[in-house]
Amino acid sequence: MARPASRRPGINRKAQYSLFASYVVAVVGAALGLLLVVVAIFDPTGFAAIRIATSEVSRPVSNTLKGMVSGVGSVDEVLAAYWRAGSQNVALRRQVEADRNRIIEAKAVAQENVRLKKLLRLVDSDASEVLTARLIASSATSARRFARLNAGRWQGVRPGMPVRAPEGLIGRIHITTPNSSEVLLITDTSNIVPVRRANDSIPAISTGLGDGSVEVRALTAGRNPFKPGDLLVTSGIGGVYQPNIPVAVVVRAQGEIAYAVPLANPARVDAVVVERAFEDAVTRTGPAAPGVADEPAAGNVAQP
Amino acid sequence: MIDPHLYHVPRLGRHPSRFRLAGTPVITVMLGSFLTALPVIAQSPIMPPFGLLLLLAWRLLRPDLWRAWIGLPLGLFDDVMSGQPVGSAMFLWTVALIGIDAIEQRMVWRGYRQDWLIATLAIIFCISGGLFFAQITGGGNVTLFLVAPQMVWTILLFPFIVRQCAWIDRWRVMA
Repeated sequence: MARPASRRPGINRKAQYSLFASYVVAVVGAALGLLLVVVAIFDPTGFAAIRIATSEVSRPVSNTLKGMVSGVGSVDEVLAAYWRAGSQNVALRRQVEADRNRIIEAKAVAQENVRLKKLLRLVDSDASEVLTARLIASSATSARRFARLNAGRWQGVRPGMPVRAPEGLIGRIHITTPNSSEVLLITDTSNIVPVRRANDSIPAISTGLGDGSVEVRALTAGRNPFKPGDLLVTSGIGGVYQPNIPVAVVVRAQGEIAYAVPLANPARVDAVVVERAFEDAVTRTGPAAPGVADEPAAGNVAQP
Repeated sequence: MIDPHLYHVPRLGRHPSRFRLAGTPVITVMLGSFLTALPVIAQSPIMPPFGLLLLLAWRLLRPDLWRAWIGLPLGLFDDVMSGQPVGSAMFLWTVALIGIDAIEQRMVWRGYRQDWLIATLAIIFCISGGLFFAQITGGGNVTLFLVAPQMVWTILLFPFIVRQCAWIDRWRVMA
């Protein structure tokens, strides 16, 4: 293809000016775009208002499509379940028998726990749950890991609220629009979650890697205490996440860093629960609580 | 009875509407950006940026169609849909379009392979630039390895997208 004539205006003065003006607009606009990015460095959640219109359009589309394809994601699981169905049935039945005793024990422990808490007059607020909603889309083309939730400000969702699934932690709310909101997944490279090892409470910090896994750094001195198979749960430090939400399982330890895979896969979970930030849930009923920061830094170790 | 296949044959003296001529490319690029509304919860950047691919395809297929500033509104829409910081695609797409204009000035003749090469450069520029912007706006430590697969299959997908654009273009200019 030869060069187009429109970029070579010749001696036509009007065409020359028109071409020149188009480049001026383009360069000024590009500079403006750069300026907006610079603003976003200091205020990453800014310009949420621009997203309102598009999110109102895309939410019903995503929601309808999600309704049509939910279940497709687990087809492989269903097929795999038919393989060795008989022997699996026997094994599962034995497991149920074994678990029944443990459940009874756990119920007794829970009862005792309630009694002891009453003795200690601890405030344990059960009303931390805001609502249940579904993840309907995500930032599949971007290097950031956001998922879109089909509930927003009008449903009571606020930035900073933790989002979890029955299997484990999903992330926290980043931006809200009237009817939808963006969830910063725990696999995002900027999402820092204070965690601890479930069996001996070694504190650590989990940071997303952007590829569906997280890296875990222990806060203790000395060599890396983690080994494959360790279960990590939230520690409640920092005031965003409730303590004891399952987060991830360590799969590999390398030097000072351990690599872990989140327990809740956002692509698989059907519904997620939005909770109040831990700080709010604790201080809401307490007397004369100090003012809570709007968005407490998740990695902040200082306890108020 | 008229053969139904003949309905779309261009007829003498008829022209497609202005909206179809000017609006079709813009709408296809916006639909490409809108593909992030699909109910896929991605764990890593896997989906090629279809908005960018369609923009490059239209630009290289029809150089007369747009001036370089078209990257501003289309980029803004892509930013809002993609989860990148607002302004990122606005800047990158416009700069890529200005760059294509500059290359075109120096090239006397360009064919299919040159188009693909130009698109490859633009795709690498836009994806790595988007990664850089994600990094500095609070994205933390994102490495280039994370987007390398996305980059590769975006480049490989380009000829297919050009073919689809050409197919839409034939419908667009026919009355």
